[in-house]
Amino acid sequence: MTPLNIRRWSWIHKWSSLVSTAFMLLLCITGLPLIYSHEIVHALGNDVEAPVMPADTPRASVDQVIATTLAAYPGKVMMYLSQDKDEPNVWALTVGDSPTDDNYKPLLADARTATMLPEPPLEGGKFMSFMFHLHVDLYAGLWGKLFLGFMGLLLLVALVSGVVLYAPFTRKLAFGTVRHERSRRVRWLDLHNVLGIVTLVWALVVGATGIINTWADLLLKVWQNTELAEMTKPYAGLPPVTKLASMQAAIDTARRAAPGMDVGFAAFPGTPFATPHHYGVFMHGTSPLTSRVPKPILIDAQTGAVTSSADLPWYLTALLVSQPLHFGDYGGQPLKLLWALLDLATIVVLVTGLYLWIKRGKAQAAKPAEQRATEAA
Amino acid sequence: MTQPFGPIWTAPILLGALTIVGLVSALVGDGVWDALSALALGIVVAVGAWCGLRRPKKRHRARR
Repeated sequence: MTPLNIRRWSWIHKWSSLVSTAFMLLLCITGLPLIYSHEIVHALGNDVEAPVMPADTPRASVDQVIATTLAAYPGKVMMYLSQDKDEPNVWALTVGDSPTDDNYKPLLADARTATMLPEPPLEGGKFMSFMFHLHVDLYAGLWGKLFLGFMGLLLLVALVSGVVLYAPFTRKLAFGTVRHERSRRVRWLDLHNVLGIVTLVWALVVGATGIINTWADLLLKVWQNTELAEMTKPYAGLPPVTKLASMQAAIDTARRAAPGMDVGFAAFPGTPFATPHHYGVFMHGTSPLTSRVPKPILIDAQTGAVTSSADLPWYLTALLVSQPLHFGDYGGQPLKLLWALLDLATIVVLVTGLYLWIKRGKAQAAKPAEQRATEAA
Repeated sequence: MTQPFGPIWTAPILLGALTIVGLVSALVGDGVWDALSALALGIVVAVGAWCGLRRPKKRHRARR
């Protein structure tokens, strides 16, 4: 690489890193408890479990569960219904003052007895909620998400420029060398280079999938305004649904329309995941991959007949497949632990990088990057 | 300033390939696929830990 090129890439690496470092540190630190979100919520006593009953206890009709819920919360309307495949005994219900209520209320009901379970704390309790918002949107909604997405983009630039600089800065060292006999600056430079290159692909994947996640709201809006709008065109101008068809019947119909799949999520008419005239029933498969990508089935909320069952568009499929690759929640406890360790290694790369910039010193700063590369190697 | 490609990039490319195997295999299936994923990513993490935490046997006190 020519000296001029080293200088250019150095400039890119320095500035893309400097601008994003504080936010990347925040994301790495808040991401750590999020990896163990399930365990932390449980340890804080913020999770709600259904009582143990014999495995063959019959399940109540979903309609009965809905009736119990609405009787317990008069004035509310149903928004969503969902079931975790690991907790088939619990229905998670969302109610609100309207189908598009931003201050919706999450509730839980026993799927066998159709009785309400204690109200779960919002977002897993105060601590996890705080970590979640710092990690996802900085309490600034869509703009917070998009801002963090932009910081993620800078991270990708920093990673790529870091790879370009890796060769000139390490060309005379055996792989993995950390020169302990040298000054702290040299040791930390070596550590930065070694851990940076070891975690590179993981950081690229987690960074890129994180960026995709920040676009989730926008991608959903595109789907609502194109494919979903297209499917509901024939219903334009019709009066609103007055008497909703049975949700249990709608779920049964959806199961017949998608053999081998089970219902994961159902949206009531008027919510963003349905139309004013349809239930949106989202079916999922059983493999790690197909359980992530639901098949939406639109069911006429008045007649209970299937209107359409189309696959999700590619961009929503990409979003949903990218989510596990960001969360690290798809390979059990070993994967979670490795995710946490890689996260910690990334924190070391960030801190050593920042240290190298702070301790660059006047003499070092005056030297062009290509000279520092020659000296470093 | 030509650099030999092999000595510099062999290890990073192997580690990158192992990371991809680790990330993708757990996505494909459970059981054996999860184990393969843990093994592949485990090697990557172990290499990082070995390089980062290892101390030379003869400790020369570093000059600060």
